[in-house]
Amino acid sequence: MNAAVPAPRKLRLATTSLAGCFGCHMSFLDIDERLLDLVDLIEFDRSPLTDIKHCGPCDIGLIEGGLCNAENIHVLREFRRNCKVLIAMGACAVNGGLPAQRNHIDLGQCLQEVYLTQPGLVGGQVPNDPELPLPLDKVHPIHEVVRIDYFIPGCPPSGDAIWKFLTDLLKGRTPRLGHPLLHFD
Amino acid sequence: MKQQTLLFDGLPVPFEEGQTIMEAAMAADIFIPHLCHHPEFKPQGSCKLCTVKASGRYVSACTMPAKDGMEVENNSPDLNDKRRTMLQMLFVEGNHFCPSCEKSGNCMLQALAYELEMLTPHFPQFFPNRPVDASHPEVLLDFNRCILCELCVRASRDVDGKHVFALSGRGLKKHLIVNSESGRLGDTDFSMADKAAHVCPVGVILEKRKGFAMPIGKRRYDVDPIGMQVERLANRSASEEEV
Repeated sequence: MNAAVPAPRKLRLATTSLAGCFGCHMSFLDIDERLLDLVDLIEFDRSPLTDIKHCGPCDIGLIEGGLCNAENIHVLREFRRNCKVLIAMGACAVNGGLPAQRNHIDLGQCLQEVYLTQPGLVGGQVPNDPELPLPLDKVHPIHEVVRIDYFIPGCPPSGDAIWKFLTDLLKGRTPRLGHPLLHFD
Repeated sequence: MKQQTLLFDGLPVPFEEGQTIMEAAMAADIFIPHLCHHPEFKPQGSCKLCTVKASGRYVSACTMPAKDGMEVENNSPDLNDKRRTMLQMLFVEGNHFCPSCEKSGNCMLQALAYELEMLTPHFPQFFPNRPVDASHPEVLLDFNRCILCELCVRASRDVDGKHVFALSGRGLKKHLIVNSESGRLGDTDFSMADKAAHVCPVGVILEKRKGFAMPIGKRRYDVDPIGMQVERLANRSASEEEV
């Protein structure tokens, strides 16, 4: 009669930063003491916060950053395979953002200028270690490569916006960002 | 004579003979999303954001005259979906990188994207290569953000009488050009005193040395969403456009 109702299973959340600046992750931490409420509802899988290197089966994946190299695409596909719901978090994931500002420059010329011809460089060389992921010709937003379920724009989205979005999602509501939480800058 | 009225989403709204659907809506404090419309200039109906369904047909509210008894569908899921799709196409066609844009927070394109809850550009980005023109001592032209609304073209031609701007090319190749032999703004008689310097709804025509004057949180569309600013939009004058 009085058997304890088992606590609902915690949802597993994975996060990663691809071609981003970790600003969205910092903004995620800006939910401050609400993190304590959040960890009652979720547990972290792969994330810079746990240092788990590969994503296991998850309920929610939060992706910061766009795609600027081959490794970004591998990681994104790993997240898509494992996450039931995949969310693009921040301007770079949503539309390429700052890294995509190189898209009108030829990649070869860009590498040449940064590593070889820039004033003040002596004996520079374009990095070619086989361990380095190859850069993509252009930077792409993540929805151009895998299906994305939700988008949280902003550079970065505020802690309040991320909190509103996640709590809507965790409580089974359609996530919605109104004025002033929805912004692109 | 009997007062003429039309129905906006079922709401009767009086109007005066000669008013367009847009003018009748604005006078009644009803918001119809728009980009190329400006109360001071002749409407041309090119951006299609103001598309409404009048008596069952899709029309541009800024060019269609209001008629007695007309039923206008405006704020409906169907129309707002279409408008959002048009915004998404505008966003991917240019380079709209809001975090580095001086117009951010005061930009109508951005404000409409907020109003219509556009969370993603959805379509593949074009990432066009459009060099900026910094040749003018007072004004920077950043073509990356041009949405081809022709407000600067109309202002310069119809009010300033200078014909500084025009659109050239067709279809995907259509783009804003400057009327000087070099094609550079610095070689025209354009000045900050021109109407055309103050009409851009996005961040193409920018006064130099004035960027980011207003802190985030206090900019025009930080304060109220664009849908709540109908009265200001209806009464705006191009010389006061800039913050």
